[in-house]
Amino acid sequence: MALYSEKVMDHFRNPRNVGQIDDADGVGEVGNAKCGDIMRMYIKVNDGIITDVKFNTFGCASAIATSSMATELIKGKPVEEALKLSNDAVVEALDGLPTHKIHCSVLAEEAVSAAVKDYYDRNGIAYDPAIFKEHPDHEGESCSI
Amino acid sequence: MFVYADNAATTSVSKTALDAMMPYLTEFYGNPSSLYAFGQKAAEALAASRETIAACLNADPKEITFTSGGSEADNQAIVSAARLGARKGKKHLISTQFEHHAVLHTLAKLEKEGYEVTLLNPHEDGVIRVEDVEDALRDDTCLVTIMFANNEIGTVQPITEIGALCRERKVLFHTDAVQAAGHTPIDVKAMNIDMLSISGHKFHAPKGVGVLYARRGIALTNIIEGGAQERGKRAGTENVAGIVAMAAALKESCDHIEENAAKIIPMRDRLFEELGKIPHSKINGSLEHHVPGTVNMCFEGIEGESLLLMLDDNGICASSGSACTSGSLDPSHVLLSIGLPHEVAHGSLRLSIGEYNNMDEIDHIIKVVPEVVAYLRSISPVWDELEKGTRKHLI
Repeated sequence: MALYSEKVMDHFRNPRNVGQIDDADGVGEVGNAKCGDIMRMYIKVNDGIITDVKFNTFGCASAIATSSMATELIKGKPVEEALKLSNDAVVEALDGLPTHKIHCSVLAEEAVSAAVKDYYDRNGIAYDPAIFKEHPDHEGESCSI
Repeated sequence: MFVYADNAATTSVSKTALDAMMPYLTEFYGNPSSLYAFGQKAAEALAASRETIAACLNADPKEITFTSGGSEADNQAIVSAARLGARKGKKHLISTQFEHHAVLHTLAKLEKEGYEVTLLNPHEDGVIRVEDVEDALRDDTCLVTIMFANNEIGTVQPITEIGALCRERKVLFHTDAVQAAGHTPIDVKAMNIDMLSISGHKFHAPKGVGVLYARRGIALTNIIEGGAQERGKRAGTENVAGIVAMAAALKESCDHIEENAAKIIPMRDRLFEELGKIPHSKINGSLEHHVPGTVNMCFEGIEGESLLLMLDDNGICASSGSACTSGSLDPSHVLLSIGLPHEVAHGSLRLSIGEYNNMDEIDHIIKVVPEVVAYLRSISPVWDELEKGTRKHLI
């Protein structure tokens, strides 16, 4: 049995929306190099719609594939809808992930959320801080799945 | 092009080994414990294999016990020494941080039973110092177990010197020689080795057979109870065909150690030279004390699993010590033990070359690895920060 689904391997081999956006409206970075994965997500927002999204990822195949899938799932969507992206939705869209790789999909959800928070902060858009969970960056701590 | 560059993981079965074993699968399939001549034919093959293997190690055939592989041999050697020590009130064992898990987990099990374990740190060059072993020895030390050659970085330990020290201090010395047997000369007498583990599939025998050498006079503790096979020290009908293949493969490897090394070392050195040109890369482990075929390097800013899967797409089989490939949260305990930071250890690559590889395959690796590293760096936020200077290069 292959380690990953065909879809994961496709997004790993041919990641969508890879790169950076120099004049991004929001940038979110989550993860820790010590733990072996970091995702950075860039969004461009026009009239409340995510018109462009790009990512950079340091990590394993599933980290790259979940980043890629997350960008596809939020591109063209209203910001509020992107915030609702769950890691389960990313896993489902990839036809599943091995159990010990589920944390990669959580990281993808957190990267989108961090990018939106940055967009809100930059533009002085009011929000309920409770919608953004605290993401410990594990610096100096042990890594978690 | 398909390039198998993971010979430290396992090797192909050689024609010599396959030819030697085939008659014992098809024609002479009797049980060596059976009294009739057909069974005794298999028993004779076992005896001949035991002699061949003993000769390769400069041991006596009576000192050779066949096991299911290196892990079982490690388990039995360590448990035996611990039980012998306990009888004299000696319950302290010395080993190293970068042993195989077959050793580390057996030691952890003994710790839970009340034994004390000291794990020595290898130096940055991946070599254990004899002085460190000497400092760790206590009056109640019953065993020193230190691997002959490390499985990930290929460094060879000062076995003869450690053995001499242990002999002088009357402490048993075991070495896990799984990565050394057939690749570097072993002489248990000259090297002062009391116990030694080897595994057939690392030198072109099939998987599932190994050897525990235990010097005469060392009473082994059974790991597997049952029949009286292996002088009552390892129950279970012997894997006759596998053992015959292992003897043939070990003899062939030992007869050609220098010739194989002369073929492998130029390939390995070319890998080091060319892959070493990749910026912010690092070669792991001393090149002075090294088995011929193992190349272990780190590339900053990338993660090992991605690297391996992209190499796989290009036909190259290799391995890595990244957390993602180890199935745990931490990168390889071996790379951490030689002082590499986690970030760097995640980007490790092990290529292990054998005598069946050729320069065309090395050229393919040299072409593909830099391309894949460059691509993964181009999409890595860590590399981006390293390049912009917002993150400090560690290598």
